[in-house]
Amino acid sequence: MKKTVVFIIAFAVILTGCADTKKHSKGVYMLLDSSDTYALELKTAQSIINYLLGTLQPMDTLAVASIDTGSFSEKDIIAKVTFYQRPSVANNQKRAFQKKLDKFISNVKSSRYTDISGGILQAIEYLNEADTGKKYILIFSDLKEELKKGHVRDVPFQLTGFNVIALNVTKLRANIRDPIKYMERVEQWGKIIESCNGEWRVVNDLERLDNIFAE
Amino acid sequence: MTFTQSFLGITANPALSVLIWLFLLLAALYFARKPFHRAVTAFSKLINNAMRFTASSVLLTEKRLVQRNREVLIAESLENAERLVEREFDRINTAVTRDLQGYPGLHRQMSEVITSLEEDFNKTADVPPSLPNWINIIEAIANIKHSGDSMIANMLAEINRTLTEQHMSAIEAYRTSTSTRHSLLNKIKPMWRKLQKTITDVGKSITALNKRAKQIDKYMDNYEQIRAQTDKAVRMLSSSFMTRFFISGIILCIAFGAAIINFNLIALPMSEMVGGGSYIGPYKTSDVVGLVIILVELSMGLFLMESLRITRLFPIIGSMDDKMRIRMIYLTLTLLTVLAGVESALAFMRDRIAADMETLRQTLIGVDEMARAASNIPTIGQMIMGFVLPFALTFVAIPLESFILSSRMVIGIVGAGILRAIAFILRLIGNTGLYLGKFIISIYDLAIFPTIWLEGVIVSKQSSVKKITKEAPKSIFFKRTKKPVTNQENKNDKKNDKKEQTE
Repeated sequence: MKKTVVFIIAFAVILTGCADTKKHSKGVYMLLDSSDTYALELKTAQSIINYLLGTLQPMDTLAVASIDTGSFSEKDIIAKVTFYQRPSVANNQKRAFQKKLDKFISNVKSSRYTDISGGILQAIEYLNEADTGKKYILIFSDLKEELKKGHVRDVPFQLTGFNVIALNVTKLRANIRDPIKYMERVEQWGKIIESCNGEWRVVNDLERLDNIFAE
Repeated sequence: MTFTQSFLGITANPALSVLIWLFLLLAALYFARKPFHRAVTAFSKLINNAMRFTASSVLLTEKRLVQRNREVLIAESLENAERLVEREFDRINTAVTRDLQGYPGLHRQMSEVITSLEEDFNKTADVPPSLPNWINIIEAIANIKHSGDSMIANMLAEINRTLTEQHMSAIEAYRTSTSTRHSLLNKIKPMWRKLQKTITDVGKSITALNKRAKQIDKYMDNYEQIRAQTDKAVRMLSSSFMTRFFISGIILCIAFGAAIINFNLIALPMSEMVGGGSYIGPYKTSDVVGLVIILVELSMGLFLMESLRITRLFPIIGSMDDKMRIRMIYLTLTLLTVLAGVESALAFMRDRIAADMETLRQTLIGVDEMARAASNIPTIGQMIMGFVLPFALTFVAIPLESFILSSRMVIGIVGAGILRAIAFILRLIGNTGLYLGKFIISIYDLAIFPTIWLEGVIVSKQSSVKKITKEAPKSIFFKRTKKPVTNQENKNDKKNDKKEQTE
């Protein structure tokens, strides 16, 4: 009898303890490169965001920010949302999010500089605050960073538990002549991310977006 | 200097070195022969005995298990037979109560009918008045010829008139009486029919009772056979239990399919109620809640079946007093209906959520929003399914009970089979060990055959020398020459083989 009571109490404690939402939730922060060299690719980003909206579940977090001259700023966040736990409400939030993004992409102005590091720092800060179970930073860029004079970005990233995924890393004109530079660019970012304990991946085939959340 | 070089370097000639080494090796093996034989024999016998003992104990356990299975089978079958006989007695009781309850009324009715019949019949026995006897006399008088005397003529005319009148009156009376008798007999006819019908009904009841009694006789015979634990009965029962196990298993699989459909109907809308983002362990809370609801429905169904005394998994429910049991029936039925209603509502909600999600998906992939389905039939169908499935799942209790009861037997039979197989394998290992030992000994002897041959030659020479010098008796000679160590061992081995085979 005593054992049964202990078992029931233990079971109840486990159940209540395991009713965890944060552990299973996903946090996605997507950086959109709006620099001169990449602004034309933003239409492609729209389909990726739509894929994310279709995939993410209630209690997941999604934020989309632009990469411009100084990206370490909340002002660069175009839209952010944590989906409500009821699917019907979450669906409405997704619709509103999509509209916001569509508006941004149709009115985007290209920037002269590309502050990818600043964007990553902002993403880390945002996702840490959102306190999601799994954290993804998606960089939709050609990965060519061009910082404005005076911007200091040699801050080490705290990327433990983060998945950093570069999407649609396009080849620049110079890279067609000399592919090594392209490879070096991608490799360099990989090294930076991995040296900061982050997971680095590159997804260039946009037909296989399910690879984004593949473990 | 390598090992080979040092090995072959004991003499100047390597071949000679090899021969010396070979000779030494054979000598060593020859001297170690007896201890080696003993060690190998002991080890193989150890394996053989250990395996045999283990196999015996496994077989003993198997026998106990078979015995237990038999006891379980008999106990279950006796209970079933008792239930059948009990049910038949209940039916007889109902029939007797129903028929004999009305027996006093029936008796009275029959008595009344019979009395009435008797009375009417007696009345019909009244003979109609016969025509007067004096008519012939008067007729004779009336036929007398008169000679014209007016007085006589008048008198005869009067007599004739009176006679005719009397005749008419008598015929009238006769007709009236006959008509009355006929009407009385007509009245008797329906009464006879009524009586006949009543007697036929009683006859039918008696025939039904007779049939039931024969059925009970059959069940009782079966019961007696089970009680006697005859092999025939046990075989029949085992086969019956296996059949029950497989059939109930199939039905449970079907019920499992129904439960999965039920789960899919309610899992998605549950996320709208309990939230789509919370988890219990690795599972979504909405899924767990959906599953729990289905399990609660199954439990309610089980309790309902128990309360109705259709199944007997919980004897405490079956043994409750009728008032409490009926309350429980109403309670479980109400809860089931409520849960069925909830499921129906959830099924409706599921349809709406699925439609909304599909619309969003279409929007996200850039397709124009599709037209909503005009027909409500799928929604209504889902709602009906949501309402009906909980009640359908209630009947799972019957195959579940059958499955649990028969699985005891089936597990026992499978267990006994496994034990038998283990015992066989153990015996096989034991025998293999024994013969492997003999094989190793034979191989050993084969490897050192030159020394054994030499031993045989020396022994035979010694024997012949002894024969010449001491004139030893023939028996001693044969004993020494014909029974070298190897032969003796072979004989012992043969004895052992025979012993093992008999075992």
